[in-house]
Amino acid sequence: MIRVLFFARIREQLDCASMELEWSDAVRHTEGVRAALIAQGDARWEAALLEDNIICAVNQQVVTAEIELSDGDEVAFFPPVTGG
Amino acid sequence: MANLAVSVQEHDFDPGQLQEALLAGASEEGAVATFTGYVRVNNDDRGVSRMMMEHYPGMTEKSIESTLNEATQRWPLIAASVVHRIGELTPGERIVWVGVSSRHRGASFSACEYIMDYLKTNAPFWKKEIGPDGEHWVEARDTDTDRARRWAASE
Repeated sequence: MIRVLFFARIREQLDCASMELEWSDAVRHTEGVRAALIAQGDARWEAALLEDNIICAVNQQVVTAEIELSDGDEVAFFPPVTGG
Repeated sequence: MANLAVSVQEHDFDPGQLQEALLAGASEEGAVATFTGYVRVNNDDRGVSRMMMEHYPGMTEKSIESTLNEATQRWPLIAASVVHRIGELTPGERIVWVGVSSRHRGASFSACEYIMDYLKTNAPFWKKEIGPDGEHWVEARDTDTDRARRWAASE
């Protein structure tokens, strides 16, 4: 199982804070997760998840290239950060 | 090993007390630098009546701890501490506090700015401003990214 989290503007656009994807070959890497999310949602999901500046984190670390996942990993998608 | 602390909290903080806590139990310090950030009344010419600060629980703390660890690799710090608020905030309220201590002022000044610059661009916080014109998510600023990049260039 892959736990997927969304934050801030992305969470609002998708009207979804978190979901779980069943573990399978299709979600063995971050781009597979993105594709699976787009496939299960409407046009909002494609628009939000293919944004140029969207950030992806795996197990709470930002990743800048596609990486392999393991069963139980946590994947998050969010916009550029604006704290401080 | 420097004494490091991170707190992500809804409630307000007292900068004076935080500075005392930063210095508690040590005697080597010759310098403390602190930074306090506040909610602006106007941001990009838009009125702000309140703000919601969202974050990624778990990753936020890890990300700030990692920034503090990197700061201790770059400068001889004795202690470094970050407090960041979440939830609803109104103009004039404190949002963030960074405190750093060291033997000499150079390390404290530089590390305090470094920590704040990395916090702005790396820690997973997001601001939503609510004002007379409605609500909107604050966009990341290129100037913040540029400030953080200066440190990478000076490595």
